[in-house]
Amino acid sequence: MKSPKFPDCFKIESKPNKFCPGCGHSIALNMLGQVIDEMGMADKTVFMVDIGCSLLAWDFFDLATTQTHHGRTIPTAVGFKMANPEKIVIAYVGDGGAYAIGLQHTITAAMRNNPITTIVINNTLYAMTGGQLAPTTVENEITTTTPTGKKKQQVGRTFHGPEILSWITDKNAYLARGSSNHPLELKKYLKKAIETQLKGNFSLVESLSACPTNWRTNAPETIKRMEELARIFSLGELT
Amino acid sequence: MGNYVLANAAKDAGAKIMFGYPITPASEILEKWALFCSKSKGISYLQAEDEMAAGFGMIGACLAGVPAFTATAGPGNVLMQDAFSMAEALRVPTVAMIMQRGGLSTSTVIYSQEEVRLTCFGGNGEGFRIVYSTANLQELYDYTFKAFEIAWQYRFPTFLLADGYQAKMMGKVTMKGTKKVKAEPILKKDVNLRNCFNREEEINEIINNYRKEYQKVRAEIEEDESYQTKGAKIILIAHGIVAAATKSAVDMLRKKKIAVGLFRPITLRPFPAQAAIKALKRAEKIVVLESAEGQLANLLKDEVLLPTPLIEYYKPAMGFTPEEIYNEITKIS
Repeated sequence: MKSPKFPDCFKIESKPNKFCPGCGHSIALNMLGQVIDEMGMADKTVFMVDIGCSLLAWDFFDLATTQTHHGRTIPTAVGFKMANPEKIVIAYVGDGGAYAIGLQHTITAAMRNNPITTIVINNTLYAMTGGQLAPTTVENEITTTTPTGKKKQQVGRTFHGPEILSWITDKNAYLARGSSNHPLELKKYLKKAIETQLKGNFSLVESLSACPTNWRTNAPETIKRMEELARIFSLGELT
Repeated sequence: MGNYVLANAAKDAGAKIMFGYPITPASEILEKWALFCSKSKGISYLQAEDEMAAGFGMIGACLAGVPAFTATAGPGNVLMQDAFSMAEALRVPTVAMIMQRGGLSTSTVIYSQEEVRLTCFGGNGEGFRIVYSTANLQELYDYTFKAFEIAWQYRFPTFLLADGYQAKMMGKVTMKGTKKVKAEPILKKDVNLRNCFNREEEINEIINNYRKEYQKVRAEIEEDESYQTKGAKIILIAHGIVAAATKSAVDMLRKKKIAVGLFRPITLRPFPAQAAIKALKRAEKIVVLESAEGQLANLLKDEVLLPTPLIEYYKPAMGFTPEEIYNEITKIS
């Protein structure tokens, strides 16, 4: 059987990658890698990763890459872009980094229309630390810090990042939500996000992402959960 | 005003971007830099959403090879340690101006020397940093001018530690003219940086290497001022603006034939240990004076085996006058 070809910008020495089996991260990264190849932008790309599972991508690509601190990837990307506007700067973060500890940076970068691209991997919990409650945790979801299920009366509603940001973004900014269940659709959004940055505007793509390890789901259950999530977090472009 | 001097010095030194978040008594640095940006090309600034964003924005610019800086104080300095610890881990040549305000939480917006420990050793690291403590307006200019060059030469996060008094002080300063920092991109194609590790051995090796390098270059970086220490029986130790007051007190005491001198570390990190040992060798009494509860004294005790017990004169979050130093030293001489 012929094995699928990795995108050229992948760092072969770091493969197989460090993500768990069934994790959505590697699908999102694969789609991003294809976009980088197709747009011929490897030499111009600066890739920054947050804390959490996203940090496992610190050597995923043969690209200028740095890992930062939890929630601080967006401001680091903003600073780099200010210093060198010729580069295409991508902040790769989890839902905790983007919507909890780094929320002020996400909102402010969107408000300022900083020309960077943010990719948010939304698996509805804090995966690296063992599956705790996140802003994106859905109603009744069992996490290690909501052992009897998340209740909105206790910890509030579920955070919808792109929808909330759409209140503050520039009309030329780009917001979308894809899913690792629909990779080619996600790839289309990622490409548009990069094109938006090239035109000097802010872009953010959230990707719903499976976490079978912390969801404690088998393959059919994982697929079912992803379908359920796509009903709670609607997929598509917001702008 | 001292804060304007700092902005001018950064511009002359070749800094290109300032990332800031307003906080008294450091805010005028950002204001002045913003004014510069409105009149000059090739420089820019960002008033960030908080100190973490300012700190990490500065790191991002430095990673791109552009000299960048920030300025903060007190609680802002606390928040910015998030960024400074990463700068320390990735050897990013950040430059930060710290205008110390009162210590313990929000405290006063006025003055103290209570950010010594935080600036030297903040974060979960080992203090691989360069910290200059200035004593007057001219030094604010001169050491800021120097800080960018030193930061990029040695690639340790570099700090200009002053205080609210120096920030607001008025006076004349001699400017040096402009120069360019030798800066080059750190994060470039095929470079993968991280500060997160799987194994104890990996990070242990990195810390050991940093320590060795820091020890190797520290003699080139260390600076001190020894004033009237020759033949002095009493050595007064102070840094920053307290050292300026102490220097005046030494002159007054010398007129009374009291054999007293001042040893002043200019770099608090690396601490000028060899110079301190030399200055203190023949001292019969050693007095440390600071606007904090022993933060300078601890730096000294960590590095130097003292020949005699330290006489401590601490005034946390309060200034010193030459007269009160004169009176205290007269009592013990």
